[in-house]
Amino acid sequence: MTTTPTTDSRITNATLRSALFTHARPPRPSALSASLTFGWRALLKIKYVPEQLLDVIAIPIIFTLMFTYLFGGALAGSTGEYLQFLLPGTLVMTVVLVTMYAGVGLNTDITTGVFDRFRSMSIWRPAPIVGALLGDVGRYLLASTLVIMLGLVLGFRPGGGVIGVLLTVALVLVFAFSLSWIFTVLGLIMRTPSAVMSVGTVVLFPLTLASNVFVNPQTMPGWLQAFIGINPVAHLVTAARSLMMHGTVTAGQIGWVLLTSAALTAIFAPLTMLLYRNKR
Amino acid sequence: MDTPSDFAIETQDLTKVFSKTRAVEAVNLTVHTGSVYGFLGPNGAGKTTMIRMLATLLRPDDGTARVFGHDVVHETDAVRRRVSLTGQFASVDEDLSGLENLMLLGRLLGYSRAQARARANELLDAFDLAEAAHRQVKKFSGGMRRKLDIAASLVVTPDLLFLDEPTTGLDPRSRNQVWEIIRAIVANGTTVLLTTQYLDEADQLASRIAVIDHGKIIAEGTNGQLKSSVGSGAVHVRLFDPEQRPEAERLLSQALGVSVRLESDPAALSAQVAASPTAHETGERVALALAELSRSGIAVTDFALGQPSLDEVFLALTGHPAQDHVNIKEEAL
Repeated sequence: MTTTPTTDSRITNATLRSALFTHARPPRPSALSASLTFGWRALLKIKYVPEQLLDVIAIPIIFTLMFTYLFGGALAGSTGEYLQFLLPGTLVMTVVLVTMYAGVGLNTDITTGVFDRFRSMSIWRPAPIVGALLGDVGRYLLASTLVIMLGLVLGFRPGGGVIGVLLTVALVLVFAFSLSWIFTVLGLIMRTPSAVMSVGTVVLFPLTLASNVFVNPQTMPGWLQAFIGINPVAHLVTAARSLMMHGTVTAGQIGWVLLTSAALTAIFAPLTMLLYRNKR
Repeated sequence: MDTPSDFAIETQDLTKVFSKTRAVEAVNLTVHTGSVYGFLGPNGAGKTTMIRMLATLLRPDDGTARVFGHDVVHETDAVRRRVSLTGQFASVDEDLSGLENLMLLGRLLGYSRAQARARANELLDAFDLAEAAHRQVKKFSGGMRRKLDIAASLVVTPDLLFLDEPTTGLDPRSRNQVWEIIRAIVANGTTVLLTTQYLDEADQLASRIAVIDHGKIIAEGTNGQLKSSVGSGAVHVRLFDPEQRPEAERLLSQALGVSVRLESDPAALSAQVAASPTAHETGERVALALAELSRSGIAVTDFALGQPSLDEVFLALTGHPAQDHVNIKEEAL
């Protein structure tokens, strides 16, 4: 049945009144509980709009297949050997590119009336955004799983074992979560979701391409090597390679990634909240 | 804790300026606890801006506003714990189902998962939405969406409920349902502040009305006070035989005590009915006038006694008709 009943009598005064009867307000939920509720909302949306996962699924598959078979023979002598080098890189690249959608989603969401309702409720203020990012972490996890599964099918054999792979994924997720805050800022500043995409692409492509994802930077000119030396994505790739291939990582490799993550969060999370609070 | 207050809302010189537009200008307002207060005005008059400031969504540029004694700028959390907002545009998540929307809000209000589900089902039943519980809101009809939107504001019974144009765009049946619901909410003790573009809606639901134009309150009072300042509306009569119009004009003007207007339709006449203390009396006077026509053998094909429209209210109060101030884009947000 698609229509509402033909009389008003189905809304009876008795049920209405009993439903309205003053309900005591439960205690305010904790910051964590409120954030997790918003994370649940993000996951529910995936249930209804599975198309939004297309990017998460397509990007890793295309990148891994294309680069392995396009460059593998030329760069490493065989596609199999190149895959060992490339896969930690495509894992990082995929997840880093997917962070863009944190801003796109927020930009779409925040202009709807439902955000007004959230903002007029007595909840931990950052919860709607933190929750959405937690939902995004779910997508990052999915993208990571896809890349690794595909790699295993193609012949990737991580020397670091299960532990090495899990630690790599964890490190990538921490970095991606921190990087997402840049996109929440963009999502709050830019006028349309497609503008967020454009700026995101302009920022992310140099970060992922001018790095050690595809090749060893040794043959590159000095200025590019210098850039890669400070590019956090390159450091993440180095750490990921080391963890996946050998199951070990130096304090310097991991420290740099964690430091960058902390710095990104420390700068862009408060900025996001400031913009969010003043959003009309 | 909560300071006791007789007033649900008190504002003093409340002002909001968007670039050059003074969207709300020096509004002084008091709303008694337990009453239904209506904001009446055209699009862009500043109604939504007022509500957004009172619901802590927008900071005033000047003046103060208190909700149950709590300042809307400095005690936002205390205000938020007592109010609910149903915005002009769907303030529910269109991607989720009805049940999920209400559960989401229940969880955010502090209910456990099981409690939130029970409360959501209770509300869906009460609002006759049970069959749509598992349907995405974007597939709801306008009336269902509105009801869910109002239910979403009642997951925990608020002390003050903001309803921004609750029936705009609804068909008459859904509008009646929403009116029923609003009356039940009020009977339950919740103070309601509603905005509307329709005088009859404000008249049906509100006990006091403020007429808003260009960000200012241009008239304020009980329904009776407001209507008597405007007149009770117009009576429209259409005759079977246009030849009899001059005679009908004479009789009507005599019986109603006002001058009668001849419409461009050669069989039609209309007259503004003078203000009288009760609607009852007005009706009686018009009935007598019609009886007068029938006694003189003048056949009437159409007859209507209308409440003054928003246009007529505005004309009477401001001297200019109500216009949509479309240049103020904030109402569209």
